[in-house]
Amino acid sequence: MEIINLEGTEDTPKIILDKTNKIFEISGRSLPEDSAEFYQPVLEWLNKYTKEALPETIFDFKLEYFNTASSKLILDVLTVLEDIENIKVHWYFYEDDEDMEEAGEEFSELVDVEFELKPY
Amino acid sequence: MSTMKYIYDMHQMMLKNNIILVYEGEFTQEITKSVLAMAERNMDSIGEESGIKRKVFNVMVECLQNIVKHGEDYVSADLQINTAIFMIGKQQNSYIITTGNPMKNELVDGLKSKLDKINGLDKDGLKALYKDIIKGGSGLTDKGGAGLGFVDMARKSGQKLEYGFEPLGNGHTFFSLKTTVPRG
Repeated sequence: MEIINLEGTEDTPKIILDKTNKIFEISGRSLPEDSAEFYQPVLEWLNKYTKEALPETIFDFKLEYFNTASSKLILDVLTVLEDIENIKVHWYFYEDDEDMEEAGEEFSELVDVEFELKPY
Repeated sequence: MSTMKYIYDMHQMMLKNNIILVYEGEFTQEITKSVLAMAERNMDSIGEESGIKRKVFNVMVECLQNIVKHGEDYVSADLQINTAIFMIGKQQNSYIITTGNPMKNELVDGLKSKLDKINGLDKDGLKALYKDIIKGGSGLTDKGGAGLGFVDMARKSGQKLEYGFEPLGNGHTFFSLKTTVPRG
């Protein structure tokens, strides 16, 4: 599969989707002007990946901040992940960031995907 | 030079109200990024605690993007209000984030009942409402919002959202919103 590798900016996250090297990561800040447009290629890529997924997938979320429009799209991403066998989400949050920890808990309650909350 | 006194008055008014940043004008994503960067720098320079900084940042983003998405252009013969305002104040015990923007009269009742509903909920009620809206499955609005901004501001700040409406005439109303983020 092709690789998605987006550099993070002040309002968009860094995204790596690389099946060959087994890296699946969304990190940084997500507050794009048009979150639906921004996440469209990510959702398309993941929909393809569901049909040819690796035997095991670890998906890392390491978000520092996301706006409410992005939260809807993050839920869409997680919903696609429900269709992948043996997938686990690693949800990272700064040790003192209770809001990001709670966001991880809430997302884990909304989708049928295994979550591990990881303070750092 | 009494015509120059407004500069002094403005400065005094800002000092008196502990306002650290004011932006008046057109709101775009580029402006949003600049305002956020300035406010972040300001909080960094006084060594603000990272948890507070994140909450203020959070509320600022939702406020600014609300205006980018929903602020209405409004121009009349005697009033030139086609722009919005954003301010941050820093008190001893809190940050105050305020916005004001013109909106259409017919949307006022809906907005008011939405804010009243949010203000009537406690922490758990807000969490339940957030989850209801996000899994509602209705997707984003035609303006690209999730319909979660005010709920999120209430949750992150832990305070009621204060608001007011001033009639502008010509079918428009000026909407003012104030969110308080406690320090420590």
